[in-house]
Amino acid sequence: MFASDSPLSLAWKRLKRNKAALLGGTIIIFFLLIALLAPVIYPEDPSRPDLMHSLELPSWQNPLGTDQLGRSILGRIIYGSRPSLLIAIGVTLFGLSIGVPIGLISGYFGGRVDFVIQRINDILLAFPGFLLALALVAVLGVGLNNTVISIGISMVPLYIRLVRGCTLSVKENVFVEAAHSVGTPNRVILYRHILPNVMVPIIVQTSLGMGMAILFAAGLGFLGLGVQPPTPEWGTMLGSGRDYIYAAPHVATFPGIAIFLAVFGFNLMGDGLRDALDPRFSI
Amino acid sequence: MTSIDDDRKCMKPLLTINNLVTSFHSQEQTVRAVDGLDVSVRQGETLGLVGESGCGKSVTALSVLRLLRCPPAEIRGSIVFNGRNLLDLSREEMRRLRGDALSMVFQEPMTSLNPVLTIDDQLTEGIRLHRGASRAKAREMALEFLDMVRIPDARNRIREYPHALSGGMRQRVMIAMALSCHPELLFADEPTTALDVTIQAQILELLAQLKDELGTSVVMITHDLGVIAEMASRVVVMYAGRVVEEAPVRDLFKDPRHPYTRGLLGSIPVLGRRKSQKDRKLQEIPGIVPDLKNLPSGCRFHPRCPQKMDVCERQDPAMIRLGEFRAVTCWLEAEV
Repeated sequence: MFASDSPLSLAWKRLKRNKAALLGGTIIIFFLLIALLAPVIYPEDPSRPDLMHSLELPSWQNPLGTDQLGRSILGRIIYGSRPSLLIAIGVTLFGLSIGVPIGLISGYFGGRVDFVIQRINDILLAFPGFLLALALVAVLGVGLNNTVISIGISMVPLYIRLVRGCTLSVKENVFVEAAHSVGTPNRVILYRHILPNVMVPIIVQTSLGMGMAILFAAGLGFLGLGVQPPTPEWGTMLGSGRDYIYAAPHVATFPGIAIFLAVFGFNLMGDGLRDALDPRFSI
Repeated sequence: MTSIDDDRKCMKPLLTINNLVTSFHSQEQTVRAVDGLDVSVRQGETLGLVGESGCGKSVTALSVLRLLRCPPAEIRGSIVFNGRNLLDLSREEMRRLRGDALSMVFQEPMTSLNPVLTIDDQLTEGIRLHRGASRAKAREMALEFLDMVRIPDARNRIREYPHALSGGMRQRVMIAMALSCHPELLFADEPTTALDVTIQAQILELLAQLKDELGTSVVMITHDLGVIAEMASRVVVMYAGRVVEEAPVRDLFKDPRHPYTRGLLGSIPVLGRRKSQKDRKLQEIPGIVPDLKNLPSGCRFHPRCPQKMDVCERQDPAMIRLGEFRAVTCWLEAEV
């Protein structure tokens, strides 16, 4: 795939030796496959109520039991992976596409540009991330797109801070000065010399950010401000299962486990990527 | 290029620096790293710029290439290169000049190459920028240069990442990068300081040879008088941001006029000197380079000078010309 001694192939070798990262990767691939192949794995409509069989315990017919409307929890978890992963990917792309360029510019040019960007960023960071997302949903309204945008905006400051910090240290390297000394323009220095050198923390943050986005999306769903029913979504399922927590604990437990596993997978992967890509930080 | 040509061209100044003042501003104070520097570089010559750490050698080079961030730095005076004052050029004009007509080799070969880009990526960057060459064409030119700086097996080496190369090899790549657009003037900022002694000699020889082949003028910045003796035709000695002595290399070694230059020459260890010479001890210059934030009154060297006179404490000496190529900034010469 890569030249034999390129930094990427070395990182890949280290990643393959890291058992925790492999477990994380397996979990991520598992959920991705479920989301992609949902109609194949579970051909029935997960949103069709069947009140005759509401709140049933796990059985052969419904391995994870049914919810208050008699819908299979397994089916809803399978289909619920779709909005969760979609939100995670959307949020991450949103955060990256806005946060990385702004962070690069802020760190590289410094001065007044940096000052203005950082003060705005400080204001955004002063809000707890989830509260910011919540407030934005309140303004924008509920739904998949608005969930992505509001969580995305609340993630942008994290990317800006991360990329700016790394840029500040990378730009002091002699190779940046050497690039200047052969007349390389600023924009080329930014995307050719600095961006690849701040990629490692960005990649790690991306993986961790995916987990965080899933958690945020589930939180919004739990409060009824995420993806709206009848579309199955893990957080929403958790929220509606809350009412039956004593009578039928499985209704809330299984979506909770799904959320936990997905976040766990991304976090393990993030840690593994950090160790593999930057061996200096491994413990 | 014939030698007659060279000689004639040698007389024409390529770069003339007049009253260069480079200062750095911070909230509390202003520090003048270079303070009223006058230097000229003639076409085809190698000028040695010598001095201790912190005397303003590197800042001079960075000022000429305008690689200092302004602010906090401020560059004043005039730097005339090929008839144009570089300080009057726009940033964009200056950028186009860098790497094309003016370029620089840095001290640290281990960190001056970007670790995530291949040699190919980095070497072709300047060629593509300044010559508008296609990737393939630039690569051919880059390969030629790698051959020129004598990197064996260039075709395979060019695909490697910097970590696969030794310090000496990396410095060769840096030299190839700096020379890739045939610059008229090259600043070499302590190009051999970070290298092994045996590699140092190779790199110096290579630089000298390439300079002749390409007709590039070189400003060799170093604290190593051995390097100067080997490479330079003319020497400028700096102390605390000023020129203290200027001389052709032979004259400087034979007859140093400034006490500081004498101190520098006296502090070179010579193998086998013990038996043959009376002064057995290696000389040192007492004290340290003055803090630029808190310069001594009068001559900047007087607190360390063995021949200090009363006037030295009170008044700054002016530069005294002792001939076409010689000058010294010292009260000792003024008395005569």
